[in-house]
Amino acid sequence: MHTKSLRELSSDLHAKKISSVELTQHYLDRINKFDKDLNSFITVTPEHALNLAKKADELIKQNKAGVLTGIPMAQKDIFCTQDIKTTCGSKMLDNFIAPYNATVVEKCNQAGLVMLGKTNMDEFAMGASNETSFYGPVKNPWDLSCVPGGSSGGSAAAIAAGLTPIATGTDTGGSIRQPAAMCNLTGLKPTYGCVSRYGMIAFASSLDQGGPMGRSAEDVALFLNVLAGFDEKDSTSVEREKEDYTKNLNNPINKLKIGLPKEYFTADLNKDIHAALDEAIKIYKKLGAEFIEISLPNSPLAIPVYYTVAPAECSSNLSRFDGVRYGHRCKNPKDLLDLYKRSRDEGFGAEVKRRILTGTYVLSAGYYDAYYLKAQRIRHLIRDDFTKAFEKVDIILGATAPTTAFPIGSKINDPVSMYLADIYTSAVNLAGLPGMSIPVGFQHKLPIGMQLIGPHFSEAKLLNTAHVFQQATDFHTKTPGGF
Amino acid sequence: MSVTKDDIHHIAHLARLNLDETRVPEYTQNLNNLLELVSQMEKINTENIEPMAHPLDGQQQRFRDDKITEQNQRDRFQKIAPEIVEGLYIVPQVIE
Repeated sequence: MHTKSLRELSSDLHAKKISSVELTQHYLDRINKFDKDLNSFITVTPEHALNLAKKADELIKQNKAGVLTGIPMAQKDIFCTQDIKTTCGSKMLDNFIAPYNATVVEKCNQAGLVMLGKTNMDEFAMGASNETSFYGPVKNPWDLSCVPGGSSGGSAAAIAAGLTPIATGTDTGGSIRQPAAMCNLTGLKPTYGCVSRYGMIAFASSLDQGGPMGRSAEDVALFLNVLAGFDEKDSTSVEREKEDYTKNLNNPINKLKIGLPKEYFTADLNKDIHAALDEAIKIYKKLGAEFIEISLPNSPLAIPVYYTVAPAECSSNLSRFDGVRYGHRCKNPKDLLDLYKRSRDEGFGAEVKRRILTGTYVLSAGYYDAYYLKAQRIRHLIRDDFTKAFEKVDIILGATAPTTAFPIGSKINDPVSMYLADIYTSAVNLAGLPGMSIPVGFQHKLPIGMQLIGPHFSEAKLLNTAHVFQQATDFHTKTPGGF
Repeated sequence: MSVTKDDIHHIAHLARLNLDETRVPEYTQNLNNLLELVSQMEKINTENIEPMAHPLDGQQQRFRDDKITEQNQRDRFQKIAPEIVEGLYIVPQVIE
């Protein structure tokens, strides 16, 4: 049951082979059974889920149901859920009961999706391993001694282990794509402005974007149909016509031009990952795609630019956590300054503090021009590289992450080595482009992800490119043993 | 250019963050490592390049009519506050 596609689950529900209540209970039982080992959920909401499932069953009975009505899902704990704890993986928000729903949550409710709970994540989405969560690290279902990637590691582990068919993620520098790669999933980071950020707790506002994670491009396309769309509550939401992301899934790709950036295929690229990509390229060639070598000359600067811009925006965004209006407050503050300083010291973990310090530094008087403004100028160059490349090619292909899942504890004490996990993904956020990761093989039983990048609002084309590949391969159907 | 422990104390103060004194050397080292990583940016000529603050070109800030669209939900929002007295957020006394 828990390995079925959304289409299969949907047709079972509509044919009344199973009720949403039964399906929901099935997943809740699996969470009960397996999540002690994985730690992929921060909060499980069985009562809420069964209520939603009953409503969904009623809609199905009355023939008022949509495609995804009654299907269980999980929300990354960065999305505000009314009257349900929303922690963002932080002690700062351990007591935070959101007073309203994020637009993404509203849209899921309207589609009749059944939320099983809130998934674990790196604290305030700052991390690439899910080890910075106040609620402890998440284990990778493919190897419990390894990280699932991050920051959407809880969502990734939960889907990979069959504890939910789909889940939301957010991606600021790779946080949907990199965990998808490490857990053998399909994950899509949409174009900036495609999915509403209203009620999604902000980390770096010019880079953050929510998106779908699932087992296949088709599942992700169906889920994106729910999540995407203009929202007047988000000032950066882009007003454009509603799109059906499933409609091009089966288009032939015999005229597709795929770019291979020479900067992504250097001697530094891990050999096994390189070999898996070469195999994937062969498959695409058989399907009729044409490959062209391209150059993204400024891409080596993506990490320096990202780790200037993201902390700057983080330090500004996280100034709202002041111990006054919501969130953690220290005991017996002696004055207002002490209240701010101790509440923030007690509420934030080490990585969040590091980023606040970095951000404050690069924005401070005397350093603003040399760091922040310089980074924003180079960001322009990085974006222009992509614009030029997309004059020649439809899609860019490369690795999602420089390594497969790494052992828990192996990078957490060396922040800069952890930052390099974003080496292939962060440029996409800087340029506001859509990017996705799909499974392309294994290295010693650990999944390898391939990244596909497209021009702004080319999600349907990306999903088509991924779906056609998945029709010709079976990497994405592999699941970890023991679940 | 490297950052000292005193710099870290100053930045932490600007960010309204107390730091555990025993971890200050680590944070100092972390920031210096990060600054070394981002120093690659210095080599790049960015003369006449506009800083890019928004990922999409030509996006204009949307305007809406100046009409009240939100309801007063003070009680609800204050329910999650650490300390409230008669509808007011309470902080330590600021003015003598």
